Amino acid sequence: MKMSGAQMVCEAIIAEGVKTVFGYPGGAIMHVYDEIYKQNGFEHILNRHEQASVHAADGYARATGEVGVAMVTSGPGFTNAVTGLATAYMDSIPMVVISGQVPLSLIGTDGFQEIDAVGISRPCTKHNFLVRTLEELPRVLKEAFYIARSGRPGPVLVDVPKDITVEIGDFVYPDTVNIPSYKPTYKGNNRQIEKAVEAIKSAKKPLLYIGGGVVLSNAADLVRELAEKTQIPAVETLMARGVMGAKNPLLLGMLGMHGNYSSNMAMSETDLVISLGARFDDRVTGKLSEFAKYADIIHVDIDAANIGKLVDVDFPIVGDITKVVEKMMPLLDDVNPDRYNAWREILKRYNELHPQSYVDSDEVIKPQWAIERIGELIGEDAIITSDVGQHQMWAAQHFPFDRPRQWINSGGLGTMGFGFPAALGAKRAHPEKTVINITGDGSILMNMQELVTAAEYKIPVINVILNNHFLGMVRQWQTFFYEKRYSETDLSFQPNFKALAEACGGIGYDVTTKEEFDAALKDAIEQDKVCFMNVQTNRFEDVLPMVPAGGALFNMMLPQKTESHREEK
Amino acid sequence: MPKVVNERRVISVVVMNESSVLARVTALFAGRGYNIESLTVAPIPESEMSHITIETKGGVKVMEQITKQLHKLIPVYKVIEHEEMVEKEMVLIKFPIAENLSNVAALCAAYNGGIVNVGKEMVIAQVADEPKRVKHFIEAAQRYNPCEIVRSGVVAIER
Repeated sequence: MKMSGAQMVCEAIIAEGVKTVFGYPGGAIMHVYDEIYKQNGFEHILNRHEQASVHAADGYARATGEVGVAMVTSGPGFTNAVTGLATAYMDSIPMVVISGQVPLSLIGTDGFQEIDAVGISRPCTKHNFLVRTLEELPRVLKEAFYIARSGRPGPVLVDVPKDITVEIGDFVYPDTVNIPSYKPTYKGNNRQIEKAVEAIKSAKKPLLYIGGGVVLSNAADLVRELAEKTQIPAVETLMARGVMGAKNPLLLGMLGMHGNYSSNMAMSETDLVISLGARFDDRVTGKLSEFAKYADIIHVDIDAANIGKLVDVDFPIVGDITKVVEKMMPLLDDVNPDRYNAWREILKRYNELHPQSYVDSDEVIKPQWAIERIGELIGEDAIITSDVGQHQMWAAQHFPFDRPRQWINSGGLGTMGFGFPAALGAKRAHPEKTVINITGDGSILMNMQELVTAAEYKIPVINVILNNHFLGMVRQWQTFFYEKRYSETDLSFQPNFKALAEACGGIGYDVTTKEEFDAALKDAIEQDKVCFMNVQTNRFEDVLPMVPAGGALFNMMLPQKTESHREEK
Repeated sequence: MPKVVNERRVISVVVMNESSVLARVTALFAGRGYNIESLTVAPIPESEMSHITIETKGGVKVMEQITKQLHKLIPVYKVIEHEEMVEKEMVLIKFPIAENLSNVAALCAAYNGGIVNVGKEMVIAQVADEPKRVKHFIEAAQRYNPCEIVRSGVVAIER
């Protein structure tokens, strides 16, 4: 069939089953937008900033497991999208971003809105393409989607020069992909799997170390079965919250810099780490030489480069978590779960000694209380997104996550401004769910223009702003490590958040008491409109426990009267 | 702290012939802080692939990461970390014509090379040999006041 390059782009998006595209038009991509106007195979959502478009596509992908799609123009449109690409890249999120480019004849001439998009995005995409001929366009689009979702997923950029979108040619969308140099490993080596299972059977203190790869592989049910069958306790990384389920007695909690006591102690004392889709990030391991010092390590990862990158691994298994755990299960039929009784007993005592806790207050809303309250009121039905900082850590610590893909946050890159647009994507994917962005008074301002998008498209996302009039996480470090010099973290000067939301067509709530919190949340759900809940919290609350950067996991600052409590007075 | 041994290594990378593939490879080295001592690239005859030979330095762990990260690049077809290989390098040196040409010629001959071009003011000598011998040749050539030295970088093939 004869059609223009712009039509081909639209046809490919439809053929891939994409229902929603997030984007922002501009000169170089106008022909594609002209075709978007004419078609009805997918909806387009006009965000008010390209960064938000990419985060929204990312949120859509994280909520569904499908490839998110964003579209931007050349030059500044593309550079605004870079933070979004990097965010998705660090967390292995399947995404295709289509960017306009100046006509081929102008490339390299410093043309208007020209920038070397493939050059800039090379280190923050899984792969990228600059389309050079119309003939290769269908194949490139097919490969982009394939590469984004296969193997270790990731974002792919397709940069399309304007003249190619105008040109007319034959369109046949390929059924299959053949890239001789790209063959992801899924199966996992049988011999290695057998050896790993033997190690599990002979361990005394094994520990499941669960990472975001389990979510990406849709392996949560299988991993729960594995834990259930063997009765091996589990810790989750920030990216894996929800995999085991908050009520699961085998779940110790989150580990790492802000992990709970029993999780970090378990990792410090275990004799066998069973790492599933985790990558030993520095925020998880703390001081590497003290990390799991007494343990052998089984590392299952689809990306061979993750294995042995930071810690020496005894049982490396390259493969898809689902495929590998499926093979492990029958081999574990004769495992004796009682073998680990003493180990579980120790960990139970650790948890009783220092449970995840905070001191509540009758006078002021504590941020942890607010998060737990959301959990009590709408826990199971909610999708929680977050920005980056203290609120993110409190959400990860205190929200009762029940299932994978319920928790959407920027873990690897730590992108402030991610939560609101990601929530738009998640809500578009799951209109039946209540989507709440837990955010701070710093982060929310980084993509607040999305109030307009949410109001226009009637995407009722609830933004709970835990407002401490600080860039809280940086303030916490300044209290602990910089002798309370609060350099540029005091956000006492604030917008009127309620009026701001209303000015953009949403609803605003000012919340200072627990009663107001409940009432506002209830109203927000009923109103079914985008809103800001501006929740005043105490200013000097810390995220605890905390392992100072570079410290050993077992050296935690635990919840007690810290310096910050003195500041509060 | 264990001593990090920065061993010299030669890696061959077979890549699909497509635009910017070399940029992907070199950007990976730059972005992750790996060294490139020398790099050569040319198409493999009668195929859609090219052969990149990279001479690098690093400890065992670094080498393992380099290999794995190269593998992750979509257009990279094969990565060979050479153990047993034949390696060669070529060097071109320009000498002033006033130097003792028979001595220069004799030196080149000792390294399986020779004078390949003679101009009004300069002669150009060529040597292709193992990298270590090329290095020795360049050292020995210093006494004839070379005005320009161009090395090709290493190419290698597994034995």
